[in-house]
Amino acid sequence: MAGAAIPGRLSWQLGRVVDAIDETSCARSLVLDLPNWPGHRAGQHVDIRLTADDGYQAQRGYSIASAPEDDGVMLTVDRLEGGEVSPYLTDVVRPGDELELRGPIGGYFVWEASLPGPLLLISGGSGIVPLRAMLRHWAAARAPVAVRMVHSARSLDDVIYRDELMRLVAFEEVDLRITLTRAWPDNWRGHRGRVDRDFLESAAWPPQDHPRIYVCGPTGFVEAAAAALVDSGQQPNTIKTERFGPTGG
Amino acid sequence: MSPISRGFFGHRRSGGDPSRVPPGQHVTDGFPVLSAGPTPHTPLPEWSFTIDGAVEKPVSWRWVEFLALAAEQVTVDIHCVTKWTKLDTSWRGVPVETLLKTVKTEAEYLTVWCDGGYTTNLALEDVVEGKAWVAYEYGGGPIHPEHGGPARLLVPHLYFWKSAKWVRGLKLTATDEPGFWESYGYHNHGDPWLEQRYQGD
Repeated sequence: MAGAAIPGRLSWQLGRVVDAIDETSCARSLVLDLPNWPGHRAGQHVDIRLTADDGYQAQRGYSIASAPEDDGVMLTVDRLEGGEVSPYLTDVVRPGDELELRGPIGGYFVWEASLPGPLLLISGGSGIVPLRAMLRHWAAARAPVAVRMVHSARSLDDVIYRDELMRLVAFEEVDLRITLTRAWPDNWRGHRGRVDRDFLESAAWPPQDHPRIYVCGPTGFVEAAAAALVDSGQQPNTIKTERFGPTGG
Repeated sequence: MSPISRGFFGHRRSGGDPSRVPPGQHVTDGFPVLSAGPTPHTPLPEWSFTIDGAVEKPVSWRWVEFLALAAEQVTVDIHCVTKWTKLDTSWRGVPVETLLKTVKTEAEYLTVWCDGGYTTNLALEDVVEGKAWVAYEYGGGPIHPEHGGPARLLVPHLYFWKSAKWVRGLKLTATDEPGFWESYGYHNHGDPWLEQRYQGD
């Protein structure tokens, strides 16, 4: 655990859970107080290590949901039924518990307010977690670039950070487009169904505007969205993807 | 010493051989996908595999020529740095040593390069003597594009990011040059049994 940090090395450290927030029926956010946190960039993740009383351990990676500017490090975990670690984090952990983790990890799927070009964030389900860090970083840093978010969820109740997203739309000029794939309210005026080329083309800036595009979600979602973006003329090297699947998490 | 996580019991897998699962890994039956960008689709007539860099004379194979090389059928366990391990995956491909025998080189390292711009670095000693293949079949059929088809490197004794998808060539180098994930804080070597996930591990 913590101890003296070796430069360039990611040491395990302990964080105390200071808040637990139910985001949807499946997703829960944990806010951690990490005395040895070195800071992070929007889009990075951490590894969590759990230890049973007989010494058995399990590790998984989780995206950081908080912006570098936020107090505390927030993780949002989507419960995978039958999973080994995620149900523990969504159902068992409570404020006051300690979690062992190391990070931040990953330097590619990151966005910083100093980067030029409009920012296009595309997420499916809990793929919104690292993009929320980018969105909050964008707002906190008063970044001079425009931002749009495209988010796909099964239903309105499954939209993680729904109230916060509505506030960003209302007060921060975030252009948010939600598509609902399974159920929608009678008066729903947003998009219905899975993301496709037409929907993404209507949301994306044209390639000549050099948008920076981040896509995160389950593999099928990311494959479909990234392929549709390339089909509609976006440069593959402007599209950064992060995929997750049922890895037993 | 790690503190005990209150109320955590974990899933101890019955069946499966624990001696085949490296530290910090868990066995999955699925085949998760992880890549940094869109999946490239290179038509087979335009596909080639090239060995160049610090070699006397570069060599290149087109798809049909590559399929004509002596291939091996292997069944191996694979380990992803994102913590999943998949046991008994079966592949067909050409041993990297077979390919390297066609060039003369003093180099001790290589950079694997791919469609889509991905690279990863390996020491020559990690890809010879039955340790690495350029695979073009998985589970008895073509490799699906999202899993790296038409061809991907297979280096099962290292974390799976070294088994580069959409592989198109090897560039031999005199010095060890970090590849894509290796430049973003991941370990330069990536031995799962030593849990070499990140720099400094």
